[in-house]
Amino acid sequence: MIEAIDFSLLALTSPGWGGALLAGFLRSVELAAGGYLLGIVIGLLGATAKLYGGRVLRDIAEIYTLLIRAVPELVLMLLFYYVGTDLLNQLMAAFGREGIDIDGLSAGILVIGLVQGGYATEVFRGAIRAVPPGQIEAAQAFGMSPFRVLRRVTLPAMAPHALPGMANLWMIATKDTALLAVIGFSELTLVTKQAAAATREYFLFFFAAGLLYLALTLISNLGLRWLERRARRGLPAAA
Amino acid sequence: MNDATPAVEIRDLHKRFGHLEVLKGISLTARPGDVVAVIGGSGSGKSTMLRCINMLETPSAGDIAIHGETYAMRPTRDGGLEPADRRQLQRIRAQLGMVFQNFNLWPHRTVLGNVIEVPVQVLGISRDEAVARARQVLDRVGLAEKEDAYPAHMSGGQQQRCAIARVLAVEPLAMLFDEPTSALDPELVGEVLNVIRDLAAEKRTMILVTHEMSFARDVASHVVYLKDGRIEEQGPPEQIFGDPRSPHLQQFIRSIA
Ligand SMILES: Nc1ncnc2c1ncn2[C@@H]1O[C@H](COP(=O)(O)OP(=O)(O)OP(=O)(O)O)[C@@H](O)[C@H]1O
Ligand SMILES: [Mg+2]
Repeated sequence: MIEAIDFSLLALTSPGWGGALLAGFLRSVELAAGGYLLGIVIGLLGATAKLYGGRVLRDIAEIYTLLIRAVPELVLMLLFYYVGTDLLNQLMAAFGREGIDIDGLSAGILVIGLVQGGYATEVFRGAIRAVPPGQIEAAQAFGMSPFRVLRRVTLPAMAPHALPGMANLWMIATKDTALLAVIGFSELTLVTKQAAAATREYFLFFFAAGLLYLALTLISNLGLRWLERRARRGLPAAA
Repeated sequence: MNDATPAVEIRDLHKRFGHLEVLKGISLTARPGDVVAVIGGSGSGKSTMLRCINMLETPSAGDIAIHGETYAMRPTRDGGLEPADRRQLQRIRAQLGMVFQNFNLWPHRTVLGNVIEVPVQVLGISRDEAVARARQVLDRVGLAEKEDAYPAHMSGGQQQRCAIARVLAVEPLAMLFDEPTSALDPELVGEVLNVIRDLAAEKRTMILVTHEMSFARDVASHVVYLKDGRIEEQGPPEQIFGDPRSPHLQQFIRSIA
């Protein structure tokens, strides 16, 4: 059966689907990277809100993370995508603007970022709490402003504690892009499905897609390991 | 302001943690050049008093002035006080330097990075100038060779000397020490005390909480004995150690000798 596989179907140009597959893969990477970065921003805001915010901010962050972690990701994505774009359009209409058509990429990044942000909030919160308070006190005692303390001391000191969790989240982000196939994003999984359906070569295309996901993970691992070494500079070798 | 302006002045300082009153009305003045040693039993309130000076703890009542400038405070809902003017707080704090029992260096920065951090980030000094000055103070504490090391890769004594260099780099009006040698292995205590002794000899203003009685006797110009949140006795070291009046202090000195 293996001999029957026609690898020319993976060719980059037209009768082959390789080009489409790669384009879908790039779209997946874009979605994952954008969503991940957005998740980091939301996570930092969420963690600082939880740790240092007033009652209202704390409650908002609490409800947000509870929601994200309790509801299945696919449901969240459908919810954010359909309800989110709808809300946005209504909002624009209320301000007398045309209903805008947010492009697919931004919508996908938003959807993934909102999910990632919930988990990132918890990762950062735990990491910040692992920073010995004395290091933060020392910065305060020298007259650093709260924002500078955060930027110069708290965040870099918590980075090594956050990295394992954040590395995990990156892996989840890359795989969550596949869920967007349900909404019709032409990312890797959807393109693969189309290619497989058109050629009836399910094994070939899903195997190729699997390899692409695997390659992304392996390359990411290299980068993450480098980052971790960097963030752990100055920490004792053990632990 | 003239030279007679106290570097640190504490007036009727009270501090409560919940229902526990830890400081019960403390008044203390450190003039420029004074070396004030604060002694007393565990839990007598030494650290709390020191930490009120730079507002790491906020007083429940009383005033604190640094070089004549009194912290602006406002009442909180739970009956305490809090700094009312963030800019003033940061400005005053930048004129003080604190050396902690556990060093509290920033582990993600090298020795040099730790020492230039406040001059560059808070005082707005250029990096080049800060580095030049940092090398001078590192040389003073005997760490010239270690500027690229990370704190975790140094001995406790080296870390504490780095923490002292970090304070010297801001040229503070007053230095606050909270038991700077208590976390050190006995054989490392001497190297840190020697650095502090040199600074005291230069007439740098310092307030020093310590359990090292013979050291306090050597370097202090003034000794304060805290007991249950009050100053029970104070005076020149010869009097406090040679002729203590209060029975508690007599017993404290016997117990520690
Ligand atoms: N943040 C806090 N919350 C509640 N109680 C506190 C707090 N900090 C200090 N205390 C209490 O205040 C009292 C004085 O503490 P402080 O640390 O000032 O004593 P100290 O004289 O420095 O003692 P030591 O020699 O052990 O360092 C102690 O009873 C301590 O338990
Ligand atoms: Mg103490």
